[in-house]
Amino acid sequence: MYRLTIRTRAGNATTIAVALLILIGLALPAVAPRSAIQDLFFILTMLTLAQLWNLLAGYGGLISVGQQAFVGIGAYAMFAGVILLGWNPVVAILFGGLAAFLLAIPFAYLAFRLQGAYFAIGTWVLAEVTRLLVAQWKTLGGGTGTSLPREATSAILGTDTIRALFGVRDAAARDILAYWLALVLVVAVTGGIYWLLRSRLGLALAAVRDNVDAAGSVGVDTGRLKWAVFLIAAVATGLTGGLVFMQTARISPDAAFALTDWTAYVIFIVVIGGIGTIEGPVIGVLVLFALRAALADYGSWYLMTLGVLAIAVMLFAPKGLWGLISARTGLHLFPVRRRLTGPKIEGGN
Amino acid sequence: MILRLENVSKSFGALKVTDAVSVDVPRGEALGIIGPNGAGKSTLFNLITGNLLPNAGRIEFLGRDVTRTPAMERVRMGVGRSFQIPQPFEGLTVFENLLTAATFGRGGREAEMVEDCAAILEETELLKKANLVAGTLSLLDRKRLELARAMATGPELLLLDEIAGGLTEGECRALVATIRRIHAKGTTIIWIEHVLHALNAVVERLLVLDFGRVIGIGAPDAIMASKEVREIYLGLEV
Repeated sequence: MYRLTIRTRAGNATTIAVALLILIGLALPAVAPRSAIQDLFFILTMLTLAQLWNLLAGYGGLISVGQQAFVGIGAYAMFAGVILLGWNPVVAILFGGLAAFLLAIPFAYLAFRLQGAYFAIGTWVLAEVTRLLVAQWKTLGGGTGTSLPREATSAILGTDTIRALFGVRDAAARDILAYWLALVLVVAVTGGIYWLLRSRLGLALAAVRDNVDAAGSVGVDTGRLKWAVFLIAAVATGLTGGLVFMQTARISPDAAFALTDWTAYVIFIVVIGGIGTIEGPVIGVLVLFALRAALADYGSWYLMTLGVLAIAVMLFAPKGLWGLISARTGLHLFPVRRRLTGPKIEGGN
Repeated sequence: MILRLENVSKSFGALKVTDAVSVDVPRGEALGIIGPNGAGKSTLFNLITGNLLPNAGRIEFLGRDVTRTPAMERVRMGVGRSFQIPQPFEGLTVFENLLTAATFGRGGREAEMVEDCAAILEETELLKKANLVAGTLSLLDRKRLELARAMATGPELLLLDEIAGGLTEGECRALVATIRRIHAKGTTIIWIEHVLHALNAVVERLLVLDFGRVIGIGAPDAIMASKEVREIYLGLEV
């Protein structure tokens, strides 16, 4: 007599629109100039990081400011795979994910002893420790960093085909490959999170976010859930790190473990767009990209503008831009709400 | 016996909040717990649910020693509880609150729990509001949701912590009627309450706690008539 529905018309429309966008995105390198592909690469990788931070903070309640540790370790592991083991960079990206997983275990073990603001500071400290340790790694350039060898960058899996297909040079072919991989990664990560939220784990995550004690009192294993979310986010963040630095082909501890690039911007994206929603980071990354393009020549004014904007949104629209839109229109592009339909329920049919 | 406490004690530092409490609760009973503020009533609940572990003594649930069993596992064994201050999952709807409790409290799939959740919502007079976000509910509805969510975990033993507190007379009557129906269907209930007439309309036995000790247990009439209880609990000069 009673039924559970998650599907909505808007949700179905989104699925179709996203499928179309993916197809267009795959075909885009045929017509788009190299600079547009590079911009899109930035947008897609930042969106991936933002979705992952949103999973941690917006759904898991884990406010980490140490995610740059996983970007960095993923990037360095990718470089190690290429330079020390002679692997193809694309394969070495997977090694980056593995390294992030291995780092995440002691990282979480230590950080989970702390709560709230202490957890946030703890993750930051752990990320700094990781950076300092990696900077001691002389074979990978120590504190000054190193570059991918030319033989490796020109022989990346699939670039031959891309060169032949689009008639472009080595460097442009590498950009196109990186862009495609970024597209696959962002779809896999966003799709994975969407699936997670619609599974029973999504309910558990929301319960833990709203009230940890009450979640435990209805049988949710809150400790295991935190571990699972943290490990998933770490692995995917490591993969993203490997990919980003495959594209730049140059690495240094300061760049790979940059708090501003890999965590501060990411938090900005999530806060501006709307924390705890899948739509929020999508809007947030577009805002960040527009601001970056408009204010690129103004140096530190750029960062100050970001800061002021973030504070204004936190004060006046704590649910972000998507929160405003959603409240006005009642729209949810990625519905995760379980509705009970049946007799005697208000709006139930 | 569904629940058996043997000499259970709990101290916070030098303060003994539960002092060698022993009590047997037969299956299907409704037991009320009364006592002045700070008597250790909520602590006793937390010991039964596993949110706190005792310093000494033994707790048996359904014949099994659960003294050291984690809270989460006790929920799955059938210990359901409501909180003194309602703690709904505010961002979830009423229905999703129950669905979470049902799938994790019993370990099943969401789709299998839908009919049961709807039945509990009907029972607790929340069905109309199933799709409202819990953060928007009134106090009465939050109290109902506490009860409904605890029911959704499929409890053999239901612990209610001051669920009638803060309600108007009419609201209280409606809630008592609901609890009576749940009890009539066979759920064992232990209920901490200051609203005595609500409590006495449901329970078969009363247990009086003072400074962590059991100072009386028995039929409500006899307990309320006892001189010691009147002095300690009601503060009456007799």
